[in-house]
Amino acid sequence: MKRRDARISRGRFLKVMGAAGVAGSTLSVLACQPNTSPSQGGGGGGGSEEKQLNLYNWSEYVAESTIPGFEEQTGIQVTQDFFSSNEDLLAKLQAGGSGYDVIVPSDYMVSIMIKSDVLQPLDKSKIPNMKNLSPNFRGLPYDPDDEYSVAYQWGTTGILYNRAEVGKIDSWDAMWNPEFEGQIAMINDVRETLGAALYRLGYSVNSTDQEQLQEAKAALLEQKPLLRGYFASTENRPLVQNGDILLGHVFSGDAITAVIENEDLEYIIPRPRATRWIDNMAIPAGAQHPGNAHKFINYILEAKVGADLSNYTYYGTPNEASLPMLDKELTELPSFNPPDEVFDRLEVIEDTGETTREYERIFTEVKSA
Amino acid sequence: MGRSKGRGWSLGLAGLLGPVAFWLGLFFFVPLLMILAYSFGTSGVYGGITLGFNPTNYLKVFDPLYLEIVVRTLFIATLNTLLCLALGYPLAYFIALKGGSWKHALILLVMIPFWTSLLLRAYAWVVILGGNGLANRTLQFLGITDEPLTLIFTPQAVTMGMVYSYLPFMILPLYAALEKFDVRLKEAAQDLGASRWQTFWRVTFPLSMPGVIAGSILVFIPSAGEFVIPNLLGGSRTVMMGNLIQQQFLNARDWAFGSALSVMLAVLLLGAILFYIRRVGAEKLEGV
Amino acid sequence: MAASSTKGGPVYKGLGKVPDWGLVLFAGLVYVFLYAPILVLVFFSFNSSKSTQVWTGFSLRWYGELLRDQSVIDALKTSLTVGITATAIATVIGTLTALALTRHAFRGRTIADSTIYAATVMPEIVVGVSLLVFFVAAGLALGITTIIIAHVAFTISFVTIVVRARLAGMDSSIEEAAQDLGANPLQTFLRVTLPLILPGVMAGALLAFTLSFDDFVITFFVSGVGSSTLPLKIYSMIKFGVSPVINALSTVILVTTMILILGGSRLFVRSERA
Repeated sequence: MKRRDARISRGRFLKVMGAAGVAGSTLSVLACQPNTSPSQGGGGGGGSEEKQLNLYNWSEYVAESTIPGFEEQTGIQVTQDFFSSNEDLLAKLQAGGSGYDVIVPSDYMVSIMIKSDVLQPLDKSKIPNMKNLSPNFRGLPYDPDDEYSVAYQWGTTGILYNRAEVGKIDSWDAMWNPEFEGQIAMINDVRETLGAALYRLGYSVNSTDQEQLQEAKAALLEQKPLLRGYFASTENRPLVQNGDILLGHVFSGDAITAVIENEDLEYIIPRPRATRWIDNMAIPAGAQHPGNAHKFINYILEAKVGADLSNYTYYGTPNEASLPMLDKELTELPSFNPPDEVFDRLEVIEDTGETTREYERIFTEVKSA
Repeated sequence: MGRSKGRGWSLGLAGLLGPVAFWLGLFFFVPLLMILAYSFGTSGVYGGITLGFNPTNYLKVFDPLYLEIVVRTLFIATLNTLLCLALGYPLAYFIALKGGSWKHALILLVMIPFWTSLLLRAYAWVVILGGNGLANRTLQFLGITDEPLTLIFTPQAVTMGMVYSYLPFMILPLYAALEKFDVRLKEAAQDLGASRWQTFWRVTFPLSMPGVIAGSILVFIPSAGEFVIPNLLGGSRTVMMGNLIQQQFLNARDWAFGSALSVMLAVLLLGAILFYIRRVGAEKLEGV
Repeated sequence: MAASSTKGGPVYKGLGKVPDWGLVLFAGLVYVFLYAPILVLVFFSFNSSKSTQVWTGFSLRWYGELLRDQSVIDALKTSLTVGITATAIATVIGTLTALALTRHAFRGRTIADSTIYAATVMPEIVVGVSLLVFFVAAGLALGITTIIIAHVAFTISFVTIVVRARLAGMDSSIEEAAQDLGANPLQTFLRVTLPLILPGVMAGALLAFTLSFDDFVITFFVSGVGSSTLPLKIYSMIKFGVSPVINALSTVILVTTMILILGGSRLFVRSERA
């Protein structure tokens, strides 16, 4: 028993499919604009904005009371989503993804974002609490007139180590000491690790000098056989705590968690220089609720809110008014509150423009070696 | 739904292929063309692309540093495939042919661990294989070693982690292929005097080839694009194509070069698969 | 030689005891390999400090935290919604595609084949960024829908490849017989073909769900406000620390799924014996 198949000719079928595919692809290739043009949405008017705020933040970076406190105070509902790296955040914004009102990029990323036109300028008249900011956290190199960003939390990157086993150390040399072969770990971040090599050689972490960079590369290649590997700071910390390594390159907040729990461990800000990093609040161009965004930024700058934040994250607050309300446990640690002479040794990481690709290539070469 | 005789198309066939043609056509091909266009573009300093015809991105791929990474990636992917086959086949065989009424539960039990985040499982491996971890303590307790061995953050740990990650990709297709195996064929062979080993090699294994092919492809391809395991379990000291491409897109913000690398990777992998299938025999993937 | 009767016999039907025990042992070891980190993970869900790697003592605090943390529960709900929907769609489309590719010889089949393989070859960052650009250009709002679309797109091929492994070498004479006896194509498919390929379809669905449930990179780029999935929440914890709340959640998921599976199997086995 034969069935009759309705036949459409193969040729016709293919032609139709092909045409659809070509049309669709041409349209999208032509239409795609990798850089979002700043669309001025609802210019700062608080009246017609719905009571909603979309926050794009790092995970575990708000205290339990932070968001509920804001919601209660203003009646604005907050939706918080998380990103995992500055670069992810930038790529998403540039490719057109958005919907967020407040984002939290790090120092160098703020200047890259300004140059890429993905941020909108702040209306400082809506952020009176900016007066609470310590002068050390205003006019920073990546945003000299504080036009686009407000500091949120800050920290340092240094060395967490087992003082009982290693003895007292005070400089980056310890991370290059062959005595500790296999017991050292660095951070898997080009600016921090290449930065450490640059610091050790006495150069700036933002160097664009080819010779200096090559020297730093040589230093990293020299160091590599001594390392367990390149990890995230939150991975280095348990390694030191468990005794798998003796010296770990970590962020201050992580280190403080470990130091508080274990007396044998110590965190230092190494000589000659180290990194001071700052995470900031900023408003993307095209944000739907800029008025609410300003209110949120202002709220974070309240003394109590800032203190609650730092007491939870163990990272530093840029808010002078918050200092008296910080936990004693934290303020007693010299690494949390570096004295002036240490503070002066800290550098802020800045965007290196075109040299960035050179940095990346060096790091790939080192890791691949 | 019989087979259509001849090389023609029919409405039925178009109906079967319609959905995938639509979905992949729109959500795969279009992005693919985009990436092809980008690979010939010029990257802005801060990301973004100016389209044009710039073939230098492809020339950059032939830098010894990057070529080394490509070769290493292909090697790791191949090794991973072989190891997954060695470990996965006996398990799939066991579940499909010896599992009886428990086989559904058994296969689900294989998959459940993979519904927890890879990140957590990797961190757990770090704990297990650490200096004071379970593995070392057991070895020392049993008297096999005196001192802790360095087990984690080594190339071997990366290999183990890769196998750990991709085992299901091998087990599932093998299970699908083996499960339809008619046990009576095995018994017939043995009735005719074949030993167990002969039966396996000449009856069971060849009939499971489609599963082997499918599993190999499903392990090999994603392995080549892996970037998480070398970082979590290897201390970021094994740089693979996945790491490189991620880095170019995100950190170096060189979308053009990243796209060129992706296209090269895709071409290489596709070539490898087509070659493999041809060697093994394309007819093994067809219906009878 | 051993008879192959299947009713009410022991589970392991072998043709000799020794290799059977070898196989059982091997299988057992593989399961141990698969579950070792799971046990550690569960262990640390009871940790008293905020570490997932340094044990400081026993505590149930993370389970309490889990109950209070709405964002984690929302993320789980989103992951399940996306996972189940995307799996359903991808399984249907993938199965149809596999049927077409295995059963019909047509011009352009090699190209179709290669496309299916090619769709698994693109690195995640590339798929993620390009889909985002595409969605934005097409004016689609980012959210759960775009995540589902993206997940279907990257899992279809996996389903197709798995189902093909099942279909290959499968004799279509049964289906032809059914049609000769008067069944129409739909009836043939539902009552003859589908039951025969079901293990393959299920395996494909399982793979698709697993891929979707733990996907990070693609999901990150195509997700919108408020549509965080579990991986988005978890991987973003790398910078400041992964909280054992996630361990607690994973333990709960694990235990629940195990109970469902083993319970379901009991019923299944019992009904088979009846």
